[in-house]
Amino acid sequence: MSDQLYQDRIVALAKAKIGAGKLADPTKSARRDNPLCGDRVTIDVRLQDGRIAGIAHQVRGCLLCQASASALASVAVGKGAGEIEALRHDAERAVGREPGSAAAPFDAFTPVADHKSRQECVLLPFEALKDALS
Amino acid sequence: MSFDVASVRRQFPILSEIIDGKPVHYLDNGASAQTPMVVIDAVRTYETTARANVLRGVHRLAERATEAYESAREEVARFLGVAPMEIVFTGGCTAAINLVAYSYGSLLKPGDRILLSELEHHSNIVPWQLLRDRSGIEIDMIPVTEDGRIDLSKLPSLLTKRTKLVSLAHISNVTGALVDVKMAVDAAKMVGAKVMLDGAQRAPHGPLDLPALGIDFYAFAGHKAYGPNGVGVLWARPELLEAMPPFHGGGSMIGRVTFARTTWAPPPRRFEAGTPPIGPAIGLGAACAWMRAIDWTGAHAHEMALVQRVMDGLQTIDGARLFGPASLQNRYPVVSFTLDGVHPHDVAQTLDSFGVAVRAGHHCAQPLMDRFDLDGTTRVSIAPYNDNSDVDALLTGVKHAAKTLR
Repeated sequence: MSDQLYQDRIVALAKAKIGAGKLADPTKSARRDNPLCGDRVTIDVRLQDGRIAGIAHQVRGCLLCQASASALASVAVGKGAGEIEALRHDAERAVGREPGSAAAPFDAFTPVADHKSRQECVLLPFEALKDALS
Repeated sequence: MSFDVASVRRQFPILSEIIDGKPVHYLDNGASAQTPMVVIDAVRTYETTARANVLRGVHRLAERATEAYESAREEVARFLGVAPMEIVFTGGCTAAINLVAYSYGSLLKPGDRILLSELEHHSNIVPWQLLRDRSGIEIDMIPVTEDGRIDLSKLPSLLTKRTKLVSLAHISNVTGALVDVKMAVDAAKMVGAKVMLDGAQRAPHGPLDLPALGIDFYAFAGHKAYGPNGVGVLWARPELLEAMPPFHGGGSMIGRVTFARTTWAPPPRRFEAGTPPIGPAIGLGAACAWMRAIDWTGAHAHEMALVQRVMDGLQTIDGARLFGPASLQNRYPVVSFTLDGVHPHDVAQTLDSFGVAVRAGHHCAQPLMDRFDLDGTTRVSIAPYNDNSDVDALLTGVKHAAKTLR
């Protein structure tokens, strides 16, 4: 049920807008669209020695996509591509695409496991960040 | 006598379903309408008493199947006010438009022009872009007005001697706006252009008189018109069908096949290669017969009263903004809206928890969304079986989304 989907932690993450906006001096940027629903995520990263020194995102999308971008920005600084990939697996576990349980902050997305059509919304920021780091 | 919505509702078994303890408030008819029992029975009768391929068999089941299939063509023809042999069964509305773009399009020359509008569904844009890439035609675009209508006042400046076809949505799938067909046809004929209407959103709202419209091609989908999935209809003037080459090759569409040369069957068979969607076509025939039996004067008034109830209710919700025509004039029962601070998908997801089914997103009309710088809208699309309880559940859900998600 959707009321259970929009639980307080997800709504709080979306409203927190951690990392929302643009970087003044991005090393790289990438944009990803979901052609099915029209969600769009643009991510700027500032890299230092192969690690994320700064991150910002612009989301034109739903609350789940905003919450995921916010969660990602909250933990991305200091991490390299491999660690971001590990976080993605955490998000995949949260939404039920991989077995096992997820750790914070992505465990907030476990209600999305019952909504297959919305899982891409959670994963779209990871797609954009992967492009920005490649 | 007022329109008896309860008697219509009783004919649709899905409307008495209870899902997660909630009744079905189905307001996503623009995507797919529900199916009355008479359509389900027609398909079941074919599957259980007449299932066979059409045209080729001599056995009794094949004869039954062929008779039912051709009777369905006659029903569709009656629904559109045309002759049965002008009806081509396709896989859907998209398939019908692609057929015209490929087949009629193959008669066009580099530099010829097709005129579309800014509010078209992607299925009335992309087939023409594929044709452009293949054959060097050009595409022109009629802009929309601020209230989401095709701005036909721009037609004179957009039509040229090279314009061969004007292809427009009969009704916008986003705004519900009805195009002024006469104005479009009169202008197109001045330069000798043909006119096609994408009738996907109009066909579900009652019988048509296509010859009176003065158009040349019409397309619609079965599943939006209370019929099964997997079938659609193309109507074209007989002289156009006669002049058009086949779209797909295969069985049934031939006159005589040799390795040196193959001749084509006459229309409509020429455009129905292979085994057609027999059961779905029979179901669509039943849906057309069902629609012809409806009191559409009453049904349309009922539908538009519901539209007014939706619009009035949304206007009481802080941050809800209607998109499209402000009035009910020249409009069919589609209402799009946005809710400040809440994404359309989140509105639709919240509505689902109230048992309300709507569509959210770009509605396969991204150029229109771009024109108004919208991420998308939430769309309410109404059928004759909807009632006040559906609208009231919708409004309750939108208020809940406004309260909890921003």
